[in-house]
Amino acid sequence: MSDQKLLEIKNLRVVYETDEAVAKAVNGVSLTLNKREVLGILGETGAGKTTTALSILRLLPQYTGKVTEGEILYNGKDLLKLSSGEMQAIRGEMISMIFQDPMSSLNPVMTVGDQIKEALFYHNESKYSSERIRQRVDEILELVGIPSARKNNYPHQFSGGMKQRIVIAIALACDPELLIADEPTTALDVTIQAQVLRMMKELKEKTGASMILITHDLGIVAKMCDNVAVMYAGEIIESGSVWDIFENKAHHPYTNGLFASLPNLNIDSKRLNPIGGLMPDPAHLPPGCKFHPRCPRRSDVCKIEAPEVFAMSPTHRIKCRLFGEKEDGLL
Amino acid sequence: MTQPLIETRNLKKYFRTPYGSLHAVDDINIKINRGETLGVVGESGCGKSTLGHVLVKLLDATDGEIYFEGRDILKLDKRRSKELRTEMQIIFQDPYTSLNPRMTVAQIIAEPIHANKILRRKNEITKRVLELMDVVGLSERLFHTYPHELDGGRRQRIGIARALAVNPKFIVCDEPVSALDVSIQAQILNLLMDLQESMGIAYLFITHDLSVVRHISDEIAVMYLGQCVERAPARELFENPLHPYTKALLKAIPEPNMKGRDTPFETIQGEPISPIDPSPGCRFAARCEYAAELCATEEYALNEVGPNHVVACSRCIR
Repeated sequence: MSDQKLLEIKNLRVVYETDEAVAKAVNGVSLTLNKREVLGILGETGAGKTTTALSILRLLPQYTGKVTEGEILYNGKDLLKLSSGEMQAIRGEMISMIFQDPMSSLNPVMTVGDQIKEALFYHNESKYSSERIRQRVDEILELVGIPSARKNNYPHQFSGGMKQRIVIAIALACDPELLIADEPTTALDVTIQAQVLRMMKELKEKTGASMILITHDLGIVAKMCDNVAVMYAGEIIESGSVWDIFENKAHHPYTNGLFASLPNLNIDSKRLNPIGGLMPDPAHLPPGCKFHPRCPRRSDVCKIEAPEVFAMSPTHRIKCRLFGEKEDGLL
Repeated sequence: MTQPLIETRNLKKYFRTPYGSLHAVDDINIKINRGETLGVVGESGCGKSTLGHVLVKLLDATDGEIYFEGRDILKLDKRRSKELRTEMQIIFQDPYTSLNPRMTVAQIIAEPIHANKILRRKNEITKRVLELMDVVGLSERLFHTYPHELDGGRRQRIGIARALAVNPKFIVCDEPVSALDVSIQAQILNLLMDLQESMGIAYLFITHDLSVVRHISDEIAVMYLGQCVERAPARELFENPLHPYTKALLKAIPEPNMKGRDTPFETIQGEPISPIDPSPGCRFAARCEYAAELCATEEYALNEVGPNHVVACSRCIR
């Protein structure tokens, strides 16, 4: 694995402004993604995962969503400073996105072939003939396991799993360097999910693309990702390699809570240990550590002062005061 | 053996469509004892929700029998059927669409009490609603709020309180936690289990999530295209799955640890066949790696392979 940086996010802050309130969706996120790497962003609804992804592509809702601070460096260039024309050239060609719900992210009145062709048509740098583009559409459909004869069908003629394959085909059409997949399998059945994930893993190997995989499923992270960032209330509260997250003992109390909430397939336990309480309202975030109202191990300082990020190892970082003093961190 | 609380015999529900008859529930035999949980697992479109709706008479069965405390409830007249509503209830999948947005929390929970004329005096009803809100963990200050002001976990608690309002003996839980985040999901599962312990309610727990079902069920039935393909006590099903579909389902779940990381995903090919006028023989055969010629013609039957363990595949037991 080469350690060349493809994408670096520095201290990103995003707010949604409405007449009633200002929702602080992303609060100082910093991330690094190297080439050929898969980064998992893990978190529950409202943690700011999708907002982070949309900021990278500059697809935040036009009038409400605003980046207030930070840089998003893609191959050293700050995406936030590009003109909309320059951004258009990157979106879809260099960075593309797979959306969560395949049922609603396809155009119902266009054939799937035309929808794939659209991406190729707008990013036709090599000036391919329409004949060549047509061939490419067939190639891509076969690549995601759909017979090319079906390119003249409409989305409603496909099942959920096949629709998601088509969404993936559109995202892959221009051979992007970076693929952002926002909960790509959440709407699918387990057997279909396994088919789609397997295909994504194989395609990633084949094309050498990097990937940001947004999910709330710890099992998918363990199987697909190289590095993981756990988000809570718009902050990354723990990050590290997939080994750090799944094999190390020291964790942020929220990460521990997530693991404890999962019903285990192999052990008969009668009761689950959920995290009490709810995710805070992004318009009224608590002072201090944002997790403190739900944290079983909070102290008085946590209510006033936001914790720093502590490095447990060169890769593993935890944003929690518990890991400040103790060297070994085994608590 | 004591009489089961609810039992079905050859229960069928077919829907008429312009293309033929859709076999949503086809020949289902289940039994649930008092205070126990039967988990029903399967992928979307396998008929698990239809089964739940037929059991509480939200849909009329096409054929078969449903015995509730020994009575065939499909033969009851309208008035008796309505009385059944106080015995059996349902919790719906989507807490965002199953609550009336124009009613307050208190009105929603009180509605079944009014409708079934359980209590009549206003102060009694208020007292009962507050009691139910307390049982499901909704704070008293939410009494006058509307569902849109609340998050998914709290809304699902309203759905549960509404189901409990009539003191039912049996509740169909139709994917009650699928729309919720993991940390909230665990809270709701614990609540359902606590209620079962304290009130002795029996559940039919419908889900597509095998890890959830192991946790909450005494017995599990796996459904595929309207048919039950395997049924066994929860632990037995996970330790000794026999039907190729059950095995495939279990293997398809990515586990949250590093053990299986380097092995590729084990997947079954293809997708379910159409449930409209399915051809005879095993409905899973087209996706099954063990399928032989015989599978396309063989009649559907459940074979007993162990105590309470039945499986609909004749090849896997040989």
